[in-house]
Amino acid sequence: MPKITYIENNGKSHTVEVDKGLTVMEGAVQNNIPGIDADCGGGMACATCHVYVKDEWYNKINEKSEGEDDMLDQAFEPNKFSRLSCQILVSEEIDGLTVDLPKKQ
Amino acid sequence: MIKTDALIIGAGPTGLFTAHQLKLIGLSCEVVDNLDKIGGQCIELYPDKPIYDIPAVPECTGEELTNNLINQLKPFDIKFHLSERVDEVKKEKDLWQVKTNNGTIFNTPNIIIAGGVGSFEPRKFSSKECEKYEGESIFYSIKNKTIFKNKTISIFGGGDSALDWAVELSSNSKVNLIHRREEFRGAKATLNRVHELEKEGKISLFTKYQLKTVKGNGKLNSIDIEHDNKEIKNLKTDYVLGFFGLIMQLGPIANWGLNLNKKTIEVDTEKFETNQKGIYAVGDICSYPGKLKLILSGFHEGALAARACFRLAKPDEKYRFEFTTTSTSLLKRLGKKE
Repeated sequence: MPKITYIENNGKSHTVEVDKGLTVMEGAVQNNIPGIDADCGGGMACATCHVYVKDEWYNKINEKSEGEDDMLDQAFEPNKFSRLSCQILVSEEIDGLTVDLPKKQ
Repeated sequence: MIKTDALIIGAGPTGLFTAHQLKLIGLSCEVVDNLDKIGGQCIELYPDKPIYDIPAVPECTGEELTNNLINQLKPFDIKFHLSERVDEVKKEKDLWQVKTNNGTIFNTPNIIIAGGVGSFEPRKFSSKECEKYEGESIFYSIKNKTIFKNKTISIFGGGDSALDWAVELSSNSKVNLIHRREEFRGAKATLNRVHELEKEGKISLFTKYQLKTVKGNGKLNSIDIEHDNKEIKNLKTDYVLGFFGLIMQLGPIANWGLNLNKKTIEVDTEKFETNQKGIYAVGDICSYPGKLKLILSGFHEGALAARACFRLAKPDEKYRFEFTTTSTSLLKRLGKKE
């Protein structure tokens, strides 16, 4: 099963196994990782599952969905590595993916 | 003070249909919502996005769904208290006393929280410094545009609010429009107008920039903005406006003594009652084993919570289940029979 690492803003790191086909957001929510709220439940209708993808991973994950950047405009402190974790699909190819969580959602 | 059989907090689809169910079974109700319009997330987040999973409605937008629900409430007289947020809830003998931020007070045996994921509040600048100037030189909505006349205004954001205000204020003020990327999500026509005004020198456009810090001494006088490549620019400015959309906050509900699970309220699945007697939660804000955050689930939850309100609103009467197709009393309430 692919492993995903979530690093909280205070530096605390969580590495968990996430089923293929789920999203990086679902992996966090199912494993009770703090720092990802996912208010809308994955509908891309909010920006509360915002993560910063590590530079070396940014081009290896699936591309942004249509409208994802529009929602990211409304995120807390977005930057060029920002993604909505509900739009990142988990697969064997991204085994080892590491994402940083923002100060707040 | 307003007396009512049930108070609904939240005018989204679940709150609206819950109001329908309460009125249908002969109870009075009032609705409070923090937004200035009816519709909740459907109107605020996705008015134009089609929804495909409302039973018997193959496709409709958030706005159409809201309008249909409002039409369905036409037979009933329901008072909406918009732009009001419920701040306080306390027990007063057998009733709940509810107070809004505008000072409206309700006395009711039943409160139904249909609050979605909380109340919508503007997303603010992350810099702590900004709080000092909020309401004086930094705003997230505009109440009085005359203060901006002949001043320099720096507007942040890439949606319709940012574009519309940039265009509007540029006629009497110097406007800087700053956005974190090159693409804007606002209406194309407005964006074209912004580019024209930029050519005329009325608007200065800064893309791939975000606010770094604000500077001033009691009074704001300039801001630093930072490019994606870390380059910093200082802009003289009198006012700063931030339009980053709305975020949802649970707000005062967190202090009402309800059992919470993250940002949701735990309920039973018979009455959708919380751990407090007479306070119910329905729609996205409630949680129970198997909960689905679908609009159709909210309708079901509201229908059951409405029936549960009956016993506290009319303790001397017994609720009788009836169908709208055949019941004379229901048809009378719907205005279909004399």
